[in-house]
Amino acid sequence: MERKLKLQREAEPEWARQVSERPGCEGLFSCLQCGACSGTCPLSIYMDFAPRRIIALVREGFRTEALGSKTIWLCASCYSCAVHCPRQIHITDVMYSLKREAIQAKLYPARFPIPVLAQEFYRMVRQRGRSSELWLVLRMALRSNPLVLFGMLRTGWDLVRTGRLSLRRERIADVKRLQGGLIPREVA
Amino acid sequence: MPTSYGYFPGCSLKGTGVAYEESLLALFETLDLALEEVRDWNCCGATSYMSIDEGSAFLLSARNLAQAHQEGRRELLAPCSACYLVLRKTQDYIQRYPKIRREIHEALGNGHVGSLASIRVRHPLETLYLDVGLERIHSKKVRDWHGGKVACYYGCQLVRPFAEADRDHNPMRMDELLRAVGVPTVEYSLKTKCCGGALTGTIHDVGVNLNRILIKEAARNGAQAIVTVCPLCQYNLDAYQREIRKQIGEPVDMPILYFTQILGWALGADIGSLGLERSISGRKTIQQWFTKVEEEVYA
Repeated sequence: MERKLKLQREAEPEWARQVSERPGCEGLFSCLQCGACSGTCPLSIYMDFAPRRIIALVREGFRTEALGSKTIWLCASCYSCAVHCPRQIHITDVMYSLKREAIQAKLYPARFPIPVLAQEFYRMVRQRGRSSELWLVLRMALRSNPLVLFGMLRTGWDLVRTGRLSLRRERIADVKRLQGGLIPREVA
Repeated sequence: MPTSYGYFPGCSLKGTGVAYEESLLALFETLDLALEEVRDWNCCGATSYMSIDEGSAFLLSARNLAQAHQEGRRELLAPCSACYLVLRKTQDYIQRYPKIRREIHEALGNGHVGSLASIRVRHPLETLYLDVGLERIHSKKVRDWHGGKVACYYGCQLVRPFAEADRDHNPMRMDELLRAVGVPTVEYSLKTKCCGGALTGTIHDVGVNLNRILIKEAARNGAQAIVTVCPLCQYNLDAYQREIRKQIGEPVDMPILYFTQILGWALGADIGSLGLERSISGRKTIQQWFTKVEEEVYA
């Protein structure tokens, strides 16, 4: 059986300090653990750790737990926590920072569609400068679970018949400069 | 010459949110305001891009701002809440973090970085409320509202940090604009609760659940339609009502409109130019409120 209790010696306080130095994450150690973030978060009831607990995990240095959580991916960036936090902690930016590190360290939950979508979106924008909804959904489904496409057929048809689903793959004219100068390296 | 604004449509307004672009352009035309699209704009990066790479996420927005700056724009209108937030967040970070400013400066290879932050990125809601004003909107009204009560739904990103489109806790500007053309709006406590964004496409059940709550609450407060300011909110609330009907066992079929559709209609825009036929839910109601009234009252 897996041990659920965490021991202090398994924590990485040095990592917590590094996180708190990233842009947007500065307020980490001023958190009061009041729970306003979890209370206002529309998704906290679906999370494995509600936002208050994620903050607690991060500042104690429980890196694997925080980075491997579904919470950080369920965060839809609505910023409700950030405007409600009495210490003005940019919790949404902390979540972003954890998402990026989870991608780099490959610690995100496997076959969980949200990081897959984020990666496909990233690649599409990097390659073409714009996103095209139809192609993005196809790419995400092929990489996570192609069966979901069947469930999307009705909605897809609704969009086609109302003229809202373009088959075009959008692309900007100056895509060379975008790739060469602006976003030279692919990180995921 | 009409006043012209720089216009950043974003990817959604060219796809699932095309009715938003159509009605926005039609509405601005009735006010003699021109929108000129930023040349060769790129995707703002929305919420997903920043989850992968922060540095280049800011560069994406910086390129758009630089493009607008080159075109001599002091103001840039971003009707999509996600674009609006990302552009403004980029400006905020450029000002607060020298490292990010330096990176953008190096990548763009010109001296514009400081001026990128000075371009005023605005949402059309703000432009209509502050520049045009309630009085002028009211005085330009040519059609009387024959439809029902509506709930104004502001969504999340329009009123969050970095934004000044409206107050964050109880925004009222859309309510005031609609009331100025005689449209009754109801109290709606969930007006800034998130629609889940891309969740309907990823963790579908969770995404649909959030929208079910939003629709049910609007109906309970006596609204017969929800009015939105963001293409993703409109899509999420509009596209999954079939599933929501099944879940709650009630015959909800609620129109989800853009505020620009109602204002454009009231101010006399051509009814075919507002993208009203692009709605998925509440089509009968929409026909009754707009098309039929047009035929019977304004023919």
